[in-house]
Amino acid sequence: MADSGTMTAAMTGPRGPKPKRAFNRTNIMIYGTLIVVALYYALPLYVMIVTSLKGLPEIQMGNIFAPPMEITFEPWVKAWAQACTGINCDGLSRGFWNSVRILIPSLIISVAVASVNGYALSMWKFKGSEVFFGILMIGAFIPYQIMLYPIVILLREAGLYGSLTGLVLVHVAFGMPINTLLFRNYFASIPEELFKAARVDGAGFWAIFFRIMLPMSLPIFVVSLIIQVTGIWNDFLFGVTYISSPDRYPMTVQLNNIVNSVQGVKEYNVNMAATLLTGLVPLVIYFASGKLFVRGIAAGAVKG
Amino acid sequence: MALSDASDVTAQVGQGTPARKPTRIFKNLSSKIASLPMVFTALVIFVGGTVWTIVYSFTSSGLLPRLKWVGLDQYERLWSSRKWMVSIENLAVYGICSLILTLVIGFTLAALLDRKVRGEGMLRTIFLYPFALSFIVTGLVWQWILNPQLGLQNVVRGMGWESFAFDPMNNSKIVMFGLLIAGLWQGTGLIMCIMLAGLRGIDEDIWKAARVDGIGTVKTYIRVIIPMMRPVFVTSLVLIGSGIVKLYDLVVAQTSGGPGISSQVPAMYVMTSMFGGQNLGQGFAASTMMLVTVVIILVPWAILEFGGKKRG
Repeated sequence: MADSGTMTAAMTGPRGPKPKRAFNRTNIMIYGTLIVVALYYALPLYVMIVTSLKGLPEIQMGNIFAPPMEITFEPWVKAWAQACTGINCDGLSRGFWNSVRILIPSLIISVAVASVNGYALSMWKFKGSEVFFGILMIGAFIPYQIMLYPIVILLREAGLYGSLTGLVLVHVAFGMPINTLLFRNYFASIPEELFKAARVDGAGFWAIFFRIMLPMSLPIFVVSLIIQVTGIWNDFLFGVTYISSPDRYPMTVQLNNIVNSVQGVKEYNVNMAATLLTGLVPLVIYFASGKLFVRGIAAGAVKG
Repeated sequence: MALSDASDVTAQVGQGTPARKPTRIFKNLSSKIASLPMVFTALVIFVGGTVWTIVYSFTSSGLLPRLKWVGLDQYERLWSSRKWMVSIENLAVYGICSLILTLVIGFTLAALLDRKVRGEGMLRTIFLYPFALSFIVTGLVWQWILNPQLGLQNVVRGMGWESFAFDPMNNSKIVMFGLLIAGLWQGTGLIMCIMLAGLRGIDEDIWKAARVDGIGTVKTYIRVIIPMMRPVFVTSLVLIGSGIVKLYDLVVAQTSGGPGISSQVPAMYVMTSMFGGQNLGQGFAASTMMLVTVVIILVPWAILEFGGKKRG
């Protein structure tokens, strides 16, 4: 580190003017470290893209980090429409649509429930409301494994075990702690006068919620949606536990089955195309939402 | 002013309405009805589910749950199982390394980014994007990069270092470090973000004072800034800790617990006993042990966090 610093100084020192502060040793060290680390973080995404665009012979001969000599989109087509899991050979598209069918109702219900919870907890406290909220928060830290089997029994009693509806309900329940916390803290920051004025005008629980609070809380809805989309899309544990038939597996579970199946030749390019396809939804959300995503995870840091 | 006005009006309205009490009950009723899903989740799923599993961990449940008491038998079997011991050892190795490295890397990156670097936004985006990806995607990518025949090892050997060996996917001695690399890649971004927020919350005057006193930058970080950021570190510790106990998806995707049983983890033991081995009692006992671990992590934190507030 010191060597490179003195070398740069020796090269730039004697000639031009006094070296600019931007090129001093500390800065070189800072930028050097950051760039090396950034490469490590960016590498897997690069490898995924590059591998998914190569043909199988090129992969078996060549360097995993080398860019493709001949770009082919065949692995993407195969991953989406032909990859096999068990007897079904219609590719990841099946898992994708299952995940969409799980995601949309889960999103709507969990955000609706969490916003009402947060509103009730911050403005309409009742006896014991804080206790329930406390239990909910502790629940976020309990290893899910301990609650898995009792939920199997509950769902079976309700006739929902193995169905997408059952999985939706599970996502709503486990998404509740973090989203309720988010809405509760947001509504608690709204000035009390506003609430009181609405009360004086005779507005009740639902009227205040729909007419005043909802229009004011759009940003927090977006944050909550971001948390839920990535959380539900990336879930593996609940999908593998509560869905009984491979036909209805969400995308992550199907992806794992495709890539880690032991039969046949390993098609690394198809595997990476499939992996990238599964990661695409949360990645798009991440790159599109920018600061809101950071705000979401900062607020949702308790999720664990 | 506005506040007192409003409460005056409320008082007048209250006096004017004869049926004050029923109104209040009705008002609470709306809120209570709206909170029913939350109450159900908290009581039935979180409390009920946890208690149910703990109770049934003292039974001989096999294929189906049965209330036939066997005392601590399941726990004795659990702790004499080699697979469980391997799981615990693995989790300890992974946990300690992950805890220390995540904190060190997370803080270092945050501190570097906090030195007013150019392109901070872009760098932050790069450090954080793995956090948006699922553990399955993470595990599969790193499984491919660490592929012994075609991956990193092959590339390094191809560059001339013939004896280079790093094959965590085949080598049961270092397989946990293969998982660690993937886990760190996925999780350090979050901790960096939290640390950066903590650093930004520190008063600029502290830095000025340190400069006046002639304390070096690194020394200021270690002696002044880190002690000031204790709450941020504690939050990070709790986050990392409770995440480590849940470690499951990553192992399933990257190694499936192999080679052999060398990368088994407790959560995986629970899943295979419950849904693969039709050995519910073992699954319940193992998941209860996971809960105990989390309690051991959380209770000191809760005492620090909430016990401290009362005193202050």
